Amino acid sequence: MNDTAAGRIDWNDPSLAKIRRDMLRFAQLQLRDAGAAEDMVQEALFSAMKYEASFAGRSALKTWMFSILRNKIVDHIRKSSREIAGADLVAGSAEDGDDFDALFDERGHWNPEDRPPTWADPESSLSQQQFWDVFEACLDRLPPKTSRVFMMREFLDLDTDEICAELGISTSNCWVILHRARAGLRMCLDRDWFGQEQAPC
Amino acid sequence: MLSCKEVNRLCSEEQDRKLSLSERINLRMHLAICKACTNFRDQMRFLRSATRRYREGQRGPADD
Repeated sequence: MNDTAAGRIDWNDPSLAKIRRDMLRFAQLQLRDAGAAEDMVQEALFSAMKYEASFAGRSALKTWMFSILRNKIVDHIRKSSREIAGADLVAGSAEDGDDFDALFDERGHWNPEDRPPTWADPESSLSQQQFWDVFEACLDRLPPKTSRVFMMREFLDLDTDEICAELGISTSNCWVILHRARAGLRMCLDRDWFGQEQAPC
Repeated sequence: MLSCKEVNRLCSEEQDRKLSLSERINLRMHLAICKACTNFRDQMRFLRSATRRYREGQRGPADD
C-alpha cells in the first residue's frame, strides 16, 4: 500500500478497489440500503481525495478511509433517524425478547443446554477471513431496528444518551435493545462459528 | 444473589454505563461461582473488541 508518503495517495493503486468494496459492505450493513450505502462510500471517497493532504500516513490508508466513511454514515443517520418511530423500535424489541427469556428457568438460571460454553482462543478468530464472513452474516440476521441501535452504539461509537435522543426512546429501552443485540450476536457466533461445549454453573 | 438473567443484563450494560458499586460487587460475587456467566461476560468483551476491529476496516488477515 502506498501510504508512506504524507499526503500522497496513488488513487490508481489496485488495492483501493478492494478497500472500496470493503467500505461498501460496511456501509450496507450499517444502513441496509444499497443506494444510500453507495452514496456514503462515494461521498467518503470524494472527501478522501479532497483532503488527501491531511492524510499523514501515520495510520493505514484503509483505517483513515474508514474513519471518513464512519463520519459520513453518522451524519446520514443523524439526518434520517427521526424517520424511525420510537414506538416501532420498542415493539420490535419486545417481539424478539421472548427468545432470550427462554434461555433461563423461572428462577433466572441458565437452562443447562443454553449455558454459554467456553470459546477456544477467540482472539485467533479475528485474523481469519471466514470468521468475519460469519460475523457479518450474524449481524445481518439481527432484527433491523435492533441492528440499527447496535450499529449506532458499536460501529459509530455514539453514546446511549445520543442514540435515545436521536430515536426518541428511553435510555433503559436503549440498554435493553443493546443487550438483545449482543446476546443475539453471541448466540449466532456460538452456533455458527465457535461450536458447542457446555459449561457448568 | 443476582440470577444469571440479571447478570446477563449487567454484562451488557457495563459496556454502556458505569455500574453502581453494589452492582459491581454483586456481579463479582456471582461471576466467582458461575462459569457460564463468566463465559458470557468474556464473550461480551470479545464482541466489543471484534466490532472495534471491524469498524476500522481490519477485517480478516492484515491486508495492507
